[in-house]
Amino acid sequence: MCGIIGVIDRTMSRMDGSSIKRALSLMDERGSGEGAGYVAYGIYPDYADCYAIHVFFDNLLEPKTMVDSILQKWGRIIHQEEIPTYDQPDLKKEHIPWRYFFRPYTDLIVGTTNPADDTVKHLVMTVNSSIEGALIFSSGINLGVFKAAGWPEDVANFYRIEDYKGYIWLAHNRYPTNTSGWWGGAHPFNLLDWAVVHNGEITSYGTNRRYVESNGYKCTMFTDTEVVAYLFDLLGRRHGLPPETVVTALAPPFWDEIDDMPEKKEEFLRTLRLTYGPALMNGPFAIVVATKDGIVGFTDRIKLRPLVVGENGSRLYISSEEAAIRTMDPEVQTIYMPRAGEPVIGRVMV
Amino acid sequence: MSLGSVPLKYKISIDREQCMKCMRCVDNCSYGVYRIENDKILIDSRKCTACHRCISMCPRDAIMLQEKPVDYRSHPLWTAEAREDVINQARTGKIILAGMGNARDYPIIFDRLVLDACQVTNPSIDPLREPMELRTYLGKKPAKLEFTKNDGDVELKTKLAPNLKLDTPIMIGHMSYGAISLNAQLSLAKAVAKTGTFMGTGEGGMHESIYPYQDHTIVQIASGRFGVDINYLERGAAIEIKVGQGAKPGIGGHLPGEKVCSDVSCTRMIPLGSDAISPAPHHDIYSIEDLAQLVRSLKEATEWKKPVFVKIAAVHNVAAIAAGVARSSADAVVIDGFRGGTGAAPKVFRDNVGIPIEAAIAAVDQKLNDQGIRNEVSLIASGGIRNSADIAKSIALGADAVYIGTASLIALGCRVCGNCYRGLCPWGIATQKPELVNRIDPELGSEHVANLINAWTLELSELMGAAGLNSIESLRGNRERLRGYMLDEGLLNVLKVESVGA
Repeated sequence: MCGIIGVIDRTMSRMDGSSIKRALSLMDERGSGEGAGYVAYGIYPDYADCYAIHVFFDNLLEPKTMVDSILQKWGRIIHQEEIPTYDQPDLKKEHIPWRYFFRPYTDLIVGTTNPADDTVKHLVMTVNSSIEGALIFSSGINLGVFKAAGWPEDVANFYRIEDYKGYIWLAHNRYPTNTSGWWGGAHPFNLLDWAVVHNGEITSYGTNRRYVESNGYKCTMFTDTEVVAYLFDLLGRRHGLPPETVVTALAPPFWDEIDDMPEKKEEFLRTLRLTYGPALMNGPFAIVVATKDGIVGFTDRIKLRPLVVGENGSRLYISSEEAAIRTMDPEVQTIYMPRAGEPVIGRVMV
Repeated sequence: MSLGSVPLKYKISIDREQCMKCMRCVDNCSYGVYRIENDKILIDSRKCTACHRCISMCPRDAIMLQEKPVDYRSHPLWTAEAREDVINQARTGKIILAGMGNARDYPIIFDRLVLDACQVTNPSIDPLREPMELRTYLGKKPAKLEFTKNDGDVELKTKLAPNLKLDTPIMIGHMSYGAISLNAQLSLAKAVAKTGTFMGTGEGGMHESIYPYQDHTIVQIASGRFGVDINYLERGAAIEIKVGQGAKPGIGGHLPGEKVCSDVSCTRMIPLGSDAISPAPHHDIYSIEDLAQLVRSLKEATEWKKPVFVKIAAVHNVAAIAAGVARSSADAVVIDGFRGGTGAAPKVFRDNVGIPIEAAIAAVDQKLNDQGIRNEVSLIASGGIRNSADIAKSIALGADAVYIGTASLIALGCRVCGNCYRGLCPWGIATQKPELVNRIDPELGSEHVANLINAWTLELSELMGAAGLNSIESLRGNRERLRGYMLDEGLLNVLKVESVGA
């Protein structure tokens, strides 16, 4: 059990983190005080062309020296600093959160249509699998993840997330089973532009993991959620599928339903399922995925985890609980529950 | 100097108080164990193969069978079998023939692997109430979806290669007409048609009476090319090139002339009564590129309408070989483990050559995964699959589907006596003698085989549901849902499976 909530303002008008903190804290019943986190898009307008790389350092000596050196090899560090934190009585500071604003060189790798993204992806995989005491937990442009082991309000106050303003926010309140109390195990998970919050357990993890590994990803976070970020990156960014098609690949209709569809649609879904069989996600889950262009929420094919949607003008809310949405926005206009596997999509209007 | 006889393998006795002299044992035994003299049933135990035909037909349960009724001086190295093989070969100077699968007491990896189930954090799924998908497609898959975008609409550009659609990941492996009887093959054919799956024809051509079920057959091309013509290729739903077989990797096959009756000779397109000898290698495949060429030729001949599979025996380097096969236009790689059955094989091969299917699946799946092509080609596993748990474990290790052979014959009566090569099968399976073949009623036989497939399919659904999976592709290669119990570290590493408790 975990609590999730996400919001997008489709006009890209930015919201500070105070209301999502209230909403997430309302779902404390769904967590255990061992992990919470937030991600916000649009928070670093001063570095809008840099990858914002957030790292947990165990100390600022060996691991940081190694990260500095690998980043400098692969690009330019435009700016770096410790992420400001504020001690909370009930939150033990286990790591030093650090951020780099980084511009990768784009002429160092071949065989890719997006050398900047693929260089940063390579750096994330390398640092996380080979540098002890350093964990990159956020690597996108103009976005940032803030997470720790603790209750939602403590984590929010630790980072003072009300100081950040974003047009998309996702938040997660964790009841850990796999990796209790580990900061890296808290959600959201992020890779490049993709961020994920997830309530549930992915029973197909072994299959999904082998598939993403086969495509060059390394699973280093000891939890099933990171695989969702990699699947979205692979299918959405590298294969170029639109988000609703990615969702259909991950939580496709049943064969019996597909068989009864009109020929063209049947062929499309059959081809999609055969191509992306190993990407199909099984098990109980409700997931919200964000990119700079919008958010997508969906559940497993038989909806074993709750997901509620609310709308108010340009704002779209997706959450585990209606109460959380109403706390964030008492004026919310429509509330509904999407069907199993049905994608709920909020796009920015450009 | 006479070597004398070796002790009896089995001792048959009749409880004379129970026996009502109905003579069913006498009529049923094709090996001549029983005869009547002066109104008394006499027994020649030396002829017994433990096929259990008499025992299963006796209405009074009056027949008893004892294995190894005579003791040797016990010795850990010089087992009775070792001594008897030496005696036999000293006598004959020949290779020892054997039937069915590997009879050595190697550890069974399947039995050291345990499956997973859900508790609390993830709910199990009840297959009685929720959909459970076992549908499996075998054939080439695209690496990624190609499409064009029109006003937000996605227009598909990818055209799928032909795939076989299976309602359950259980198929019946290649057992040729000749090796088994027509009634046996017909029973299997009717069963796969009923259960929405496929069977292999083996290297024996396709008899006319199988034609009605041809859409559920995979036609085999082996090194003897028996029964192969364009008509044969076009009838099958898929084509399989057999390079090797788990029971006898590296060698060919031999169907004795006694089994080549007129029907078999017509179906195989060979002279009546002649030995059908399949050479060890295909004489047009001396390298991987030759194989790729043959795959393409077969596709060309059938207008690229049919998937082509390639079957190899699980040998030490199976992963690299499979990766080579996967690089041809082949749609599926079939790997046959060292426990795979056979009608006849030299015992030394059957018992000593090749590797277990569990390790072979894991190694092949891993190699293809490392090379980023696992999902583009299907992987079919066979050789020693005894129950639905073995199937679930095979799929979790990385197989798309399995072939069963021996199990489907047991469903027709076979008791794994291992004398298939003698052509006297009292169950009417591995024989061409009309009076024995007639013992199988294809209608009833197919019901039993279909029952078995259905029962295993049900069990698979239950196992998947308990593991919180409602689609077979989420079990495939999902080694997280397996644990090794008392397997050594080296093997756990090959299988990429954690130990129990980990």
